[in-house]
Amino acid sequence: MVENRPFLNVLTHLVLILGVAVVVFPVYVAFIASTQAPGTFFRGVTPLLPGPAMVENYAHMLTEGMSTSGAPPLWLMLINSTWMAIIITGGKIAISIISAYAIVYFKFPFRTLAFWIIFVTLMLPVEVRIIPTFAVVSNLGLLNSYVGLTLPLIASATATFLFRQFFLTIPDELMEAARVDGAGPIKFFKDILLPLSRTNIAALSVIMFIYGWVQYLWPLLVTTDSRYYTIVMGIKRMAAYADQQPQWHLVMAAVILAMLPPVLVVIFMQRLFVKGLVETEK
Amino acid sequence: MQTKRTIFSNKGLPYLLLAPQLAITIVFFIWPAAQAVKSSFEREDPFGLRTSFVWFQNYTRLFTDPNYLNSFGRTLIFAVSVTFLAMAIALLLAAAVNRLIRSSNVYTTLLVWPYAVAPVVAGILWWFMFNPSIGILPYALGQFGITWNHRTSGTDAMILVIIAATWKQISYNFLFFLAGMQSIPNSLTEAAAIDGAGPFKRFWTIVFPLLSPTTFFLMIININYAMFDTFGIIDGTTSGGPNQATNILVYKVYDDGFLGLNIGSSAAQSVILMLIVIALVFVQFRFIERRVQY
Repeated sequence: MVENRPFLNVLTHLVLILGVAVVVFPVYVAFIASTQAPGTFFRGVTPLLPGPAMVENYAHMLTEGMSTSGAPPLWLMLINSTWMAIIITGGKIAISIISAYAIVYFKFPFRTLAFWIIFVTLMLPVEVRIIPTFAVVSNLGLLNSYVGLTLPLIASATATFLFRQFFLTIPDELMEAARVDGAGPIKFFKDILLPLSRTNIAALSVIMFIYGWVQYLWPLLVTTDSRYYTIVMGIKRMAAYADQQPQWHLVMAAVILAMLPPVLVVIFMQRLFVKGLVETEK
Repeated sequence: MQTKRTIFSNKGLPYLLLAPQLAITIVFFIWPAAQAVKSSFEREDPFGLRTSFVWFQNYTRLFTDPNYLNSFGRTLIFAVSVTFLAMAIALLLAAAVNRLIRSSNVYTTLLVWPYAVAPVVAGILWWFMFNPSIGILPYALGQFGITWNHRTSGTDAMILVIIAATWKQISYNFLFFLAGMQSIPNSLTEAAAIDGAGPFKRFWTIVFPLLSPTTFFLMIININYAMFDTFGIIDGTTSGGPNQATNILVYKVYDDGFLGLNIGSSAAQSVILMLIVIALVFVQFRFIERRVQY
């Protein structure tokens, strides 16, 4: 701070408190709604103070779910979401780090072409090519499987670029020394490059986990069997029924549970999250 | 392209390392995109038995279809509003946090987590708050004599999705603005303060111009976000309604192709969207090579 201005300090805090309040309020209302007893939402306005039924609502959703909407119990959807996020994270990092290694540490025909093919994935979000991508996945017989849920989302230009940029900053002497000592490409990658990339991998994992968790359209298309529903897509089905049968207390319990894992990841790994976010976009 | 001074000389290994990434890219990205381009020039008969090549007919039909042009306009309103609101609010919050020394971490933590909320969940949160019969906000608005109903009023529905999309994007912009402000050397603002510039003048004449690379970058990212990543928000709340009022381009591709089964038209729309993304990515990368400087 350059100089002391008490009035401006107060104003700063006021702005921030107001900002935080706006950001937190919808989640507060959702949480309060999720603690209400059944029947609260037949009439009147949403209450703003906690109700008595928090434990029952969450237990009911986790073990039974909303059977009227055809959605399975939440524990199953939470497990599916977790698997999906973890497989996408692991897959993206694994294939990106080896392709960045190939691009930086080898010279071979069609290297630039390969780089551009990877680059193209940036330009084709799933939303704009849904029908043909769906056709490919269905022709390969991958509907209703974890492979179908995750494999098409695993290619990643951003991760490849990040690792490429990072490898370019590693001093050449390191590799020369390794070669003098007789290390081949696999050994160099495993014993030197991989340990050096640890922080980058961790930061990227946080971002990719969130990316995998919040996927919506893709699971909606490839899963028709409720055993493969993820929680983020399942919520839509529940909410669609909430207007006819006012079971908002149950829907909001599901909403809170669907938000919690990735939000906790952001809060507890904030340093890695910020690093991952800021660096993948540069 | 840049590489190392010394390299490994294996012949087959680099191809092996690139194979998984390239295979997935070709099978799930390039092949479907090529299919979309192909079917955008074709028309399928209603029973899906015959397809015929129709040149640019799908495209000309789109650009004479009032629904599609309307969707273009809706997308423009939506994207511009979300970009402007999310960036303005984030800039204000980042400037405030940047003034603080002790409590900045607490505020940052409290502000960044919506990044991790899925768009569809963000949509449902606000859908619930604005629910015309039990929602808390229509009740509050009612006290001022304003009737809220996003099920019948297109304007209300548009405001709803803009608010939900903005709410989710503030955290992202906030982090980038804050990082940008923290990289501005203190000596600049200190010198200005000695010359008698007050806090607001310092912000507009020093900090804000120096942030222009961040601002420009965020603008591209936000337009991209509003146009493509908000599918979940629309699908979770209004499903494009009422009466097409929130049917933005990315939702219309899905609506016409998957629900309406009009493959040719949906493919043509996909191709148009791809061109928009390519333009945005191109602008973004041009800018990274040569940053906006003053």
